[in-house]
Amino acid sequence: MSEVVLEVSDITKAFPGVVALDRVSFDIRAGEVHALVGENGAGKSTLMKVLAGLYQPDGGEIVYQGQPTKVAGPLDARQKGILLIHQELSLSPELSVAENIYLGAWPCNRFGVLKKRELYSNATRALEALGCGFGPHARVGTLSVAMQQMVEIARAEAFSANVVIFDEPTASLTDTERDQLFHTIRGLKKRGVGIVYISHKMDEIFDITDRITVLRDGQVQGTVDTRDTDLNRITRMMIGRTLDTYFVKAKPEFGAEVLRVEGLSRAGLFEDVSFSVREGEVLGLYGLVGAGRSEVVETVFGVRKADRGTLWWKGAEIDLPTPRKAIDMGMALVPESRKEQGLVLLMGGRENTSLPHLKLFSEVSVMNRAREMGVFEKYRSALSIKTTGPDQAVSQLSGGNQQKFVLAKWLCADPKLIILDEPTRGIDVGSKSAIHELIAELAERGLAVIVISSEMPEVLGVSHRVLAMSEGEVVAEFEGDALTEENLIDAVSHHRQDVAAE
Amino acid sequence: MSDIGAARSGTVGGTALSWLLRNHIWVFLALTLIVFSLSSPYFLTVNNFGNILTQGAFIGILAVGMTLVMIDGEIDLSVGAVLALASALAIGLQDHMGVLPAILLALLSGAALGFLNGALVAYSGMHSFIVTLGALIGIRGLVFVYTGEDALMVQDFSYTELPEIYLGPISLTAIIFFGLALFFQWVLSSTRHGRETYAVGDNIEAAHDAGINVKRHKIINFTLCGTLAAVCGILLSMRLGTAEPNAGRIWELWTIIAVVLGGTRLQGGFGSMWMTIGGVLTLAVLRNGLRQLNTPNYVELMVMGAVLILALALDKVLNRREAGP
Amino acid sequence: MELTARNILRRHGLVMAFLLFLAVVALNAEAFLTPGNILDVLRQVSITGMMALGVTFVVLTGRLDLSVGSMLTLLTVIVVDQHNVAGPFPAIVMTILAGLAIGAVNGLLVGFAGLNALIVTLAMLSFLQGLVLFYSGGSNVNVANAQDTWFAVFGRGDFLGIPVPVILFLVGAVIAGLILQVTTFGRRIYGVGGNETASIFSGIDARRTVFWAYVISGFTTGVAAVIMGSRVMGAQNTIGQGYELTVLAGVILGGTSLLGGSGSIWRTVVGISMLGFIQNGLLLLGFPYYVQWLVTWAVIIIAVWIDLAAKRGRILA
Repeated sequence: MSEVVLEVSDITKAFPGVVALDRVSFDIRAGEVHALVGENGAGKSTLMKVLAGLYQPDGGEIVYQGQPTKVAGPLDARQKGILLIHQELSLSPELSVAENIYLGAWPCNRFGVLKKRELYSNATRALEALGCGFGPHARVGTLSVAMQQMVEIARAEAFSANVVIFDEPTASLTDTERDQLFHTIRGLKKRGVGIVYISHKMDEIFDITDRITVLRDGQVQGTVDTRDTDLNRITRMMIGRTLDTYFVKAKPEFGAEVLRVEGLSRAGLFEDVSFSVREGEVLGLYGLVGAGRSEVVETVFGVRKADRGTLWWKGAEIDLPTPRKAIDMGMALVPESRKEQGLVLLMGGRENTSLPHLKLFSEVSVMNRAREMGVFEKYRSALSIKTTGPDQAVSQLSGGNQQKFVLAKWLCADPKLIILDEPTRGIDVGSKSAIHELIAELAERGLAVIVISSEMPEVLGVSHRVLAMSEGEVVAEFEGDALTEENLIDAVSHHRQDVAAE
Repeated sequence: MSDIGAARSGTVGGTALSWLLRNHIWVFLALTLIVFSLSSPYFLTVNNFGNILTQGAFIGILAVGMTLVMIDGEIDLSVGAVLALASALAIGLQDHMGVLPAILLALLSGAALGFLNGALVAYSGMHSFIVTLGALIGIRGLVFVYTGEDALMVQDFSYTELPEIYLGPISLTAIIFFGLALFFQWVLSSTRHGRETYAVGDNIEAAHDAGINVKRHKIINFTLCGTLAAVCGILLSMRLGTAEPNAGRIWELWTIIAVVLGGTRLQGGFGSMWMTIGGVLTLAVLRNGLRQLNTPNYVELMVMGAVLILALALDKVLNRREAGP
Repeated sequence: MELTARNILRRHGLVMAFLLFLAVVALNAEAFLTPGNILDVLRQVSITGMMALGVTFVVLTGRLDLSVGSMLTLLTVIVVDQHNVAGPFPAIVMTILAGLAIGAVNGLLVGFAGLNALIVTLAMLSFLQGLVLFYSGGSNVNVANAQDTWFAVFGRGDFLGIPVPVILFLVGAVIAGLILQVTTFGRRIYGVGGNETASIFSGIDARRTVFWAYVISGFTTGVAAVIMGSRVMGAQNTIGQGYELTVLAGVILGGTSLLGGSGSIWRTVVGISMLGFIQNGLLLLGFPYYVQWLVTWAVIIIAVWIDLAAKRGRILA
């Protein structure tokens, strides 16, 4: 058994309203790949940010190379040899590969003039050690995402890192690029680097890692050897509860078809997507990040353009709408990113609620404040939103309460179809189950509901029917007894393997 | 000219086409040169080229500083006012303390005001547009406080002969402009500070996380920008022999136009002194050429506006293509 | 938010500092706070104020309009010249239409073509200056029958003892304020400025909203030009030079954010009036007119800094 490079014990980190990490302990050994898995909101990214010095823990201890250590910031982490490779890369596109590898730590003489020869020969060495197919002079902006990732990994070589943390490294890679990445990771491992690997993709986890630590609700559920376990056990540890007690499913009483989509395509994003949804039905859309789920619903809602495709609304064929038309027809989209797409953060709950329906809240273009207040109060109590008043800027509210205002702004105009894109991401457990109950209630009221989620239990728990998406295509459809985790995982992972085999 | 800009863009982006996408200003410049050469016999003369360079050099020196600040993702609207103050100090003080100390104090005033702008931007968190808009108004006030509305005249006319040094048709002012532009291009491409400028303008979070002192960095660039504005003001005072309190009004706009025309982006992280030289020369050629054609001066202003919009639209289209699949 | 002394100071510190300034000037210059002088100040700010009303719409969407200064010059030249050619009423109509048209061009380029607002309006500034010289042939224009035209009422007239330009400004401010606070269009402006993406997801046509903001800016500059032409009864080629800066300074001073989505008309009225009173007060105290620029510099920096510091709860960034 090799030595432990980094050990965290009893790390605790709390944010207003949420305990993100609750006495978390785990360790990384030299030369191992250690997976960190858990549902969204389980605390993986918080833990990773603590290790990289982006957050300071409220309690607990980090022992690095046998010494109790405080990681003061990202620079400190890098100097100590702990390297975080983010989903959003921390590169400057205008600088060269070599300059990015040594960002901010360029070799200089005492007048601040770069020692270019030294810089480029060092960088060449780091790139060669990784087996990269590009030189140190290329401008990073001209490289593919996979190559840019390699530039970040080259920092591990350049700074002789002892611990490298990968956060969802394959989210935007092709399968060939992923294989190359795994090759590189194995190389790092051979040289005794301890690697933390965070991913949602179970096939990758079983492919590359040596041990797996499972997090749930900020607590460690256990650490197991990858060899001695299987997907079933890991999933159970991640979810940690039986499905039917937690989720409420609406009574399956379906009415007429509300929306039908046929052959919807957009080059590079999704291909030939077809589905339909009825009154009273909850349609789940499952797929990994990057499968094209959000892009499809955003196209149906008119925010994006399509190359091809036909839409039927309540049985009549329609053109692809603009968002305005979609809303007026009775469509509602609770978007994926609440802060970027869902809310105007400077406005209060009242103004956010009426924003998509200004016509309904006005006479001859003059806003009817009383009507706005009425609707605001109605939803504040119906969804039990905690806010000090109608004009408290929603930026000051918790994630759960913000999400409830996004729901309020769409529900108040009685839509016929509501699309919820990751409706419970990043919100506390209490608000989560309130939203799950609301989904069931809406369907029973006769709305057509589409739920997108990358949390499998959520999709399975609330939907009557589930479409599995992968790589921009609908690969399978399940309902009734066929709605099981195994089926969904099979559909998605087999498709990925098929694509890889081609 | 083939090595301009392309040298650093490396192997992948080193093709002629991608060089053109990043340096379309030289195409603009070539086109304007051709058009004016064909339409005016007096345009394509050595003397006239000397004139163009001298005329362009004043905006050019301001543009060098502006380029540094703009690659950082900031803007400095106060350069015209700083120029006027330095010009007034250089002339006003020389009777009391001699030419050289006066020039040094004028330079110092530019550096100090640039430092003030930079420190306010870095430490208050205000956008540089607001900080330097305030400075643009206030420093002009300072100029008036010092000159009291009337232009200052030099007493000793040998002062105006100082810049009368020529290298062939190229005036000292033009030499200083090219010298500064080349020096700062070297700074941008070969020093820690220069590379930091791109890193800060590109991805300020990444720069900060990598341990770059972003605040100090921005203060340095604003200080350089102010100092260069003072250099321009001093040269202008030598050329004119007077310092008008209204000197350099709306020159900050011309400067921004020259830099943006060259291809440096307002959003930061992208640009070079080569581009700025191209932008400055194009602007100077346009102004000179239109005058050679005896067009009324309104044509110049209208053409400039149109060219600027065109350059912006072109940049948008080209970048979409470069960024596209 | 509680009504503690600290909060009051935080939110209204600048207004209090301004009141202090007013008091100091009033103690030293008897004429300062007399109705006559106050109306004088308001008369002086009515032109920049009128322009600032429209510019506020643009700034609230998160954009800039630097073209209003040379737009004012052009439109003033047009209204004065056309007054001689076509008579006052057609001149006014033409001026307003020209303002709307220039605003529409800005709006097309920034709103629909998505070009950078700073550069577009800078280019427009240059272009319009050229247009002024083209139109006027480089010479100043004057109203031929300045003594007997009803056109004089806009800049020089009084109504119930209040100068007409002041009435125009205040009525304009009330209308603009109402548009922003109570209409659906106003809500769209705040939505687009606050979060453009979220507004698009809410079915708002952001491009069109931005377009109309520029059109409004063109309109108010047109009205300002009518006041200007009527007050001066003539127009030089540089009459509006630098106005874009004063206008922007007033808007920023009021506390409207350049990032968009936060600010209001009453803030602009306060900001522009503060500039006016500072100018007037300093003159009454015997300072030369350019000292006001120095004070404006300090006031802008302090005001915006206080605003930011209050929002983030810390003084330094």
